[in-house]
Amino acid sequence: MPIITIREALNQAIREELARDERVFLMGEEVAEYDGAYKVTKGLLKEFGPKRVIDSPITELGFAGLGVGAAMVGLRPIIEFMTFNFSILATDQIINSAAKMLYMSGGQFNIPIVFRGPSGSAFQVSSQHSQAIESWYAHFPGLKVVMPSTAADAKGLLKSAIRDDDPVIFMEQERMYGNKGEVPDDPDFTIPLGVADVKREGTDVTIVARSLMVPVALKAADKLQEQGVSCEVIDPRTIRPLDIDTIIDSVKKTNRVVLAEESHPICGINAEISTQIMERAFDHLDAPVKRVSGIDVPMPYAKNLENLVVPDVDRLIAAVKEVAYLD
Amino acid sequence: MSKQTAEPISAAGAEEKSSTSVLDASEPNQKTLGRERDEAKERQKSRLAAMDRDTLLNIYHQMVLIRRFEEKSAEVYVAGKIGGFCHLYIGQEAVAVGALSALRNDDYVITSYREHGHAIAKGMSPESVMAELYGKATGCSKGKGGSMHMFDKEVNFLGGHGIVGGQIPLATGTAFGSKYLGTDQVTLCFFGEAAVNQGAFHESLNMAQLWKLPVIYICENNRYGMGTSLERAMSLQNVAQKGDAYDMASEFVDGMDVLAVREATMRAVERGRKDYLPTLLEIRTYRFMGHSMSDPGNYRTRAEIEKYQERDPINLFVASLKEEKIVDDKALKRIDEEVKQQVENAVKFAEESPYPAPEELYTDIYANPIDPSKNKAR
Repeated sequence: MPIITIREALNQAIREELARDERVFLMGEEVAEYDGAYKVTKGLLKEFGPKRVIDSPITELGFAGLGVGAAMVGLRPIIEFMTFNFSILATDQIINSAAKMLYMSGGQFNIPIVFRGPSGSAFQVSSQHSQAIESWYAHFPGLKVVMPSTAADAKGLLKSAIRDDDPVIFMEQERMYGNKGEVPDDPDFTIPLGVADVKREGTDVTIVARSLMVPVALKAADKLQEQGVSCEVIDPRTIRPLDIDTIIDSVKKTNRVVLAEESHPICGINAEISTQIMERAFDHLDAPVKRVSGIDVPMPYAKNLENLVVPDVDRLIAAVKEVAYLD
Repeated sequence: MSKQTAEPISAAGAEEKSSTSVLDASEPNQKTLGRERDEAKERQKSRLAAMDRDTLLNIYHQMVLIRRFEEKSAEVYVAGKIGGFCHLYIGQEAVAVGALSALRNDDYVITSYREHGHAIAKGMSPESVMAELYGKATGCSKGKGGSMHMFDKEVNFLGGHGIVGGQIPLATGTAFGSKYLGTDQVTLCFFGEAAVNQGAFHESLNMAQLWKLPVIYICENNRYGMGTSLERAMSLQNVAQKGDAYDMASEFVDGMDVLAVREATMRAVERGRKDYLPTLLEIRTYRFMGHSMSDPGNYRTRAEIEKYQERDPINLFVASLKEEKIVDDKALKRIDEEVKQQVENAVKFAEESPYPAPEELYTDIYANPIDPSKNKAR
């Protein structure tokens, strides 16, 4: 199987879906002539032309809404946000239009659209360009929220998202575009939305991690293995709908769980998963659920401060030891 | 017409064209006034002569239907049959009816939350609209949308939208879709003048002209965003002039004159259909009722309302039809009777329809629902 970067995997997914379905088009800032601010859309303008790959003005609310309108009349837009930080300007169209259209029209207008782009912490770009806002979107029925952590997942899930008939928020991780992994080159390769993946099997402690936290959790698990602690790492991959069963099954096996995320802790996805574990597996827990989240501050610029915010291997190891009552 | 530079018109009288301010309702120069009145009459005469009687009667029928429908909506709202917000269209009928009479059936219409009139003018049944107001399963949105969110895919009515200006980017997108798919369908997008202050308006006009999209932005300038007058909310009060900022063709229209609305829309539709070009129409109108049913109305005077009611769009249209001897009272009465029956039928239908089943709560959230607990893939 070819080994490629997440960036290339995403590029393949978009290319294949543009080729597969004429109704799919890509719009966003710098997606065409510039080849993408993060080069995810490299070469697509050349291959598909300016009708299908469209540079937009810097007008997030406008082009997000344009995408939703186009979806109402039969197109399947991929709307790229240069980063999800800028999607905040477009939340009215994402939440009030895309998410609710099918419901408030009594089932008449579904919105097959993908809003995608990098999200989460970046490197030293301070507060406005470095944040994880998946819990905002996951809050709303009508949206699906996807966060891949590997190249194969990125490709397979993005293809499913583009083929899906509902609005999908597809959050890539800015720091992970260069991460490499094996990716099937079969154009029919897809990964279904709403299915968690066990990234590492283990018996002592469950770590639930998504996006950037998956490689961190795997590294922590390696180190803990050396100390005789076996961790199971679960990546939900889709945040809404959440494959909670896979998490519950694992908790019932290990009886201890650490939840990792880079977003703020208050009203976060970890808080939701923790509640569901309490509701469904309370009697199986041998220790309180431990959350490891981004530190609850706006992201600072200084490197040493930034490093304190994003959960790292050491914080995860400490959390695992806490729930395992070690040290 | 590439660029319209016409003077603004007020819904309180076309004669205000000669006044110093677009919003100044003070008495204009009598001599100018007389001349313009004659010109307007001549214009109306040739308009009427160019149209067949059935079309004219249909326009009358639709305006009266909307008026009576809205009066009935107010009545049943007060009786507690309708919940939530209820924004009535009384006074603005000439805008929806005139504009939509210029469309083909397969053209798209999208609008704000004051949309009962547009829905009916687009060909939705009064039954399905009233049933939606009642929150019944037979409503056009199955009782899930209510007064502000009416949709009908069959007639390409793409909804009432509740966030001020939210429908403007959507309309830009449906027009983008028409061009992308190579159809010649145009999109009519209605919004009030208060929506013009939203970023969504400006972002949309920029893209529509930049990419040459077949969309007609219709600003129904009824002078008030809820209780805030235009003067208190907008630095440049000539909405049509804002088209200049985007190099977009724009036009002022007297919104109390249904045929003027129709003609201006026809020009815009042609521009959209033939050349994929957008247009901004500022249609000066006035709502005779409050913003919603809960409006205290203390931001304007009774005298002001009455001044505009002198130019009631239905009365004006009837007067011109009669003057040209196109209809007599008998023909009008026949239509009035028919409308009365239509509205009664709508209420009866809504009253007798069932409420949505409780199971409906969980339908229509996703087109492709995913139940992770049923995933066998792992």
